[in-house]
Amino acid sequence: MIKIERVNKWYGSYHALVDITEDVAKGEVVVVCGPSGSGKSTLIRTLNRLEPIQSGRIVVDGVDAYGRHVKLNAFRSRIGFVFQQFNLFPHISVLENCTLAPTRLRGLKPSEARDEALTLLDRVGLAAKARAYPGELSGGQQQRVAIARALAMRPPLMLFDEPTSALDPEMVGEVLLVMRDLARDGMTMVCVTHEMGFARDVADRVLFMDQGKVLERAVPSEFFARPEHPRLRQFLSDIRTPFLQAA
Amino acid sequence: MIDLIDTYWLYFLVGQYPHGPLGGLALTLILAVLGLLFAFPLGLVFGIARVSPWRCVRWPVSALIQVVRGTPLLMVIFWAYFFLPSLTGQNTDQFWTMLTALVVFDAAYLAEIIRAGIQGIGKGQTESARSLGFSYLDAMRLVILPQVVRNMLPSLVNQFVATIKETSLGYIIGLTEVSFIATQINTQVLTKPAEVYLLLGLTYFILCFGLSRFAFWLERHHQQRTLAKAHA
Repeated sequence: MIKIERVNKWYGSYHALVDITEDVAKGEVVVVCGPSGSGKSTLIRTLNRLEPIQSGRIVVDGVDAYGRHVKLNAFRSRIGFVFQQFNLFPHISVLENCTLAPTRLRGLKPSEARDEALTLLDRVGLAAKARAYPGELSGGQQQRVAIARALAMRPPLMLFDEPTSALDPEMVGEVLLVMRDLARDGMTMVCVTHEMGFARDVADRVLFMDQGKVLERAVPSEFFARPEHPRLRQFLSDIRTPFLQAA
Repeated sequence: MIDLIDTYWLYFLVGQYPHGPLGGLALTLILAVLGLLFAFPLGLVFGIARVSPWRCVRWPVSALIQVVRGTPLLMVIFWAYFFLPSLTGQNTDQFWTMLTALVVFDAAYLAEIIRAGIQGIGKGQTESARSLGFSYLDAMRLVILPQVVRNMLPSLVNQFVATIKETSLGYIIGLTEVSFIATQINTQVLTKPAEVYLLLGLTYFILCFGLSRFAFWLERHHQQRTLAKAHA
């Protein structure tokens, strides 16, 4: 589904992604974790070309993302992207957020788009909020709508860029629940997240990034039980003992 | 003062109409409304061009806007008055000259209001629209601009207030808007300049103050709505 080959990215002289090579198979759930500034968000944003790269190749669903003849808009419409800050459109209702792209880009009739959107909103548990505006929802609800909005384009692949990092702790669970549900349905997913419980339970593979490099990749059981790279051991012990760190 | 109003009120309001061209306060208002009406779409296009990712669009429009904003309106009117006929080969009457000048001038100011509005929306909105597969222009049209226009409604009313006052410069090219008419009345009455110009000033003030209050109300209303939503 995704092939990343020797990808490099610089911000000025800062080497943000260093020779990244990864594959994601169809139906696979890959969690990317790492300390802040490690390049994990940058990496996921290169997958739908929100960020330019300076060298290498990324092929998603058979399309060379940075190829010269790629139809960028059609390419992006087949990749669901969920942002840390939700980024719902505040001037239109929840339902309209979910029907805007399908009617304009998939050519659905308004009634069809509406039915599909309501099904999706029901799936994320928010059919009752269809007529509300994003500003009237809690963070967790907004993020669930954002997931429904992305799903409305029927993408074969979903990317999540720290989907729970901007949420109050009590709302993290409801969003992860929706993501688990998606994973169970066989959706191909790449998630940048700090939710280690989610990584352990749902991921097929976990990647650890630091300083623009993927330092370790393993199935969750190996990843948490037998971390090889010293930097990963450090990272895992840091997130397990937040109290000691604060002291 | 009362007899002044009694004698000249109709002349003040509509000029020589219906026995001559429409003038006075009516002409002032028509000019301001049409000026803003035409300037708005132009300002929208200019504002979008100002933040365009394409340099060949951004640079010439930015240059034009800077030139107009760096010039007094009187200058723009003179250009329209003397330059436009030599360009089109036709004599343009005062009304269209003034309207052209107003539209160009206001469009430059509106463009900056719209540019600020677009830049205030935050790039997350564009990114999420683009991620869904919308083109740059669709993202602008469907996601960014509706939010910008709603946010800038108070500024739009304020720009209308400015435009009303700007029409008084039409006096300089002999346009029979309300200031010109007031001067005509003053010439006829001769003895009461203070009263005549007090009335003229009051007319502008009532109009503009009323609209300013309206803009203020819009702003507060908008704020409250946003706050109410945020706390809901």
